[in-house]
Amino acid sequence: MATQTDAYRAAPARATSRRRQKKNQLGAFGALSHIALIVWAILVIGPILWTFLASFKTNPEIMGDAPLAMPQDFSWASWGRAWEKAHIGRYMLNTVLVVGVSTFFTMLFGSMAAYVIARFRFPGNRIVYYLFVSGLAFPVFLALVPLFFVVRNLGLIDTHLGVILVYIAYSLPFTVFFLTAFFKTLPNSVAEAAMMDGSSHTRTFFQIMVPMAKPGLISITIFNILGQWNQYLLPIVLLSGSVEDKWLITQGIANINTNAGYEADWPGLFAALTMAILPMMIVYIIFQRQIQSGLTAGAVK
Amino acid sequence: MRKYGFIFSFLVIPVILYAIFVISPYLQAFYISLTNWRGISANPQFIGFENFTRLLGDDVFWAAVRHHAVLLVAMPLITIAIALFFSFLLNVGGGSKSGKMAGVRGSKFYRVVYFFPQVLAVAVVGVLFQAIYRPDNTGVLNGLLDLVGLGPVGWLIDTNLALWSIMGVIIWQGVGFYVVLFSAGMAAIPSEVFEAAALDGAGRFRLFFSITLPLIWDTIQVGWVYLGIAAFDAFALVQVLSVDRGGPDNATTVLPLEIWRTAFTFSKFGYASAMGVALFFLTITFAALSLRVTRRERIEV
Repeated sequence: MATQTDAYRAAPARATSRRRQKKNQLGAFGALSHIALIVWAILVIGPILWTFLASFKTNPEIMGDAPLAMPQDFSWASWGRAWEKAHIGRYMLNTVLVVGVSTFFTMLFGSMAAYVIARFRFPGNRIVYYLFVSGLAFPVFLALVPLFFVVRNLGLIDTHLGVILVYIAYSLPFTVFFLTAFFKTLPNSVAEAAMMDGSSHTRTFFQIMVPMAKPGLISITIFNILGQWNQYLLPIVLLSGSVEDKWLITQGIANINTNAGYEADWPGLFAALTMAILPMMIVYIIFQRQIQSGLTAGAVK
Repeated sequence: MRKYGFIFSFLVIPVILYAIFVISPYLQAFYISLTNWRGISANPQFIGFENFTRLLGDDVFWAAVRHHAVLLVAMPLITIAIALFFSFLLNVGGGSKSGKMAGVRGSKFYRVVYFFPQVLAVAVVGVLFQAIYRPDNTGVLNGLLDLVGLGPVGWLIDTNLALWSIMGVIIWQGVGFYVVLFSAGMAAIPSEVFEAAALDGAGRFRLFFSITLPLIWDTIQVGWVYLGIAAFDAFALVQVLSVDRGGPDNATTVLPLEIWRTAFTFSKFGYASAMGVALFFLTITFAALSLRVTRRERIEV
């Protein structure tokens, strides 16, 4: 590289012309790369936008030969049908309840365990830590059959409590793994000062450490909300077809799809899809920075 | 001692929940795989490795393993290639602006948009792409092909194409995450490294292959392992998108789908658990191998 620079210096004229040549090359490359970027952006937004528009179409418009045409008129009728008849409202409510409760307790129990593991020496500390972290490596499918029977033997199959407990348990590995690292980085001095002032361990945790850990807690909370909201496998195993009124949103969506063949309410299906997409889109746009950093934090040290 | 009482009180609930719903099912799965349990009898019979020897002669099992092999090679390669290309453009593609390497114009916007499919539920994405892949001209993709005068393609009903169509959806959903992941890796490279190289006359290709790629190798390796595990995990998309759950003619079936079906449709819990154990060993072997093979000398910056 150094010799090349010397050569430039020795022959300035030649260097400029070569540099100009390179600039032209980069110009073409730049244009092409912009096209590639725009094409992928359209590929990403297109299907979602199309779903939204299709919710305003009529059955013949959707099943016709022009799937790309705009809807004739914008009526919200299909949204009402999806909400009422396809029970999307009910599924949404169920999901909010289940995800709300289980995220709250995941964060509570997860941060409690992580705090103790990160900041206290006690016999078995490493064992508990590796016990939790090992959960990250195992495929859920291996546990599926016994899990079903464990939940059934506890009398919790087809109940929201069962789903909530399972969600908490399966969210613990990542939560504990991430928060342990986070609690380790917090300064010791503040906690020590509180202890000197006679604050108990529990009080120190809730009033001092939790507020200090807020950024980490927010990232992981969002991560857990997204993960649990989008969970598909666990609900179909834990909430059977006989308790349709307890179903969660992803289950409901997958089911209207199977039924749509007979009932043929396509606009209703797309309205339901849009309703499932919208809350996530809003949460994502508000918190995109935290979501992106939360999701990649585990991988980039 | 007060300290141990506190530690115990903070660990007891998370550890019990985790032991009941995560650890115990995993341990049970290994035992159940050695029995002929069908869920009805109270005392499943211990049959040793019979399930596993049966697995060796099971055509559907091998079809599923073959599909994982295809996914394992093609899906990470394509996803990583696309994601690397985009993240390079978004981080250094704009060249040096007032002494700082910058991404192309609008890079912030692209980063937000590309990540979006990642926050959508797989079940929702599956249903959405069913409409896109519909085999006649009512499908969005075939509608587009029709505009340029090409005949309809049986995306999901053609046995040679179905698996690739589903893989396309996995890639569509995954690219954004890896763009963000690689961007985080690239952001960790000091910009002087790029600037020095650019001053020495290195073009974009040189910058990419001689600097970016080696310096984010660790992150690519992590991405590769994630994608490999995702290749073993593909369930919801195959379940929702494929014709006849894994069809046509078992052309798209995967192990998780077979486990789920064997257990919850045919009540062959022993056999399903044997598949789970096989899946577990495949996943672990893959993760161990790929970490070994891709290990490189760390480049210190």
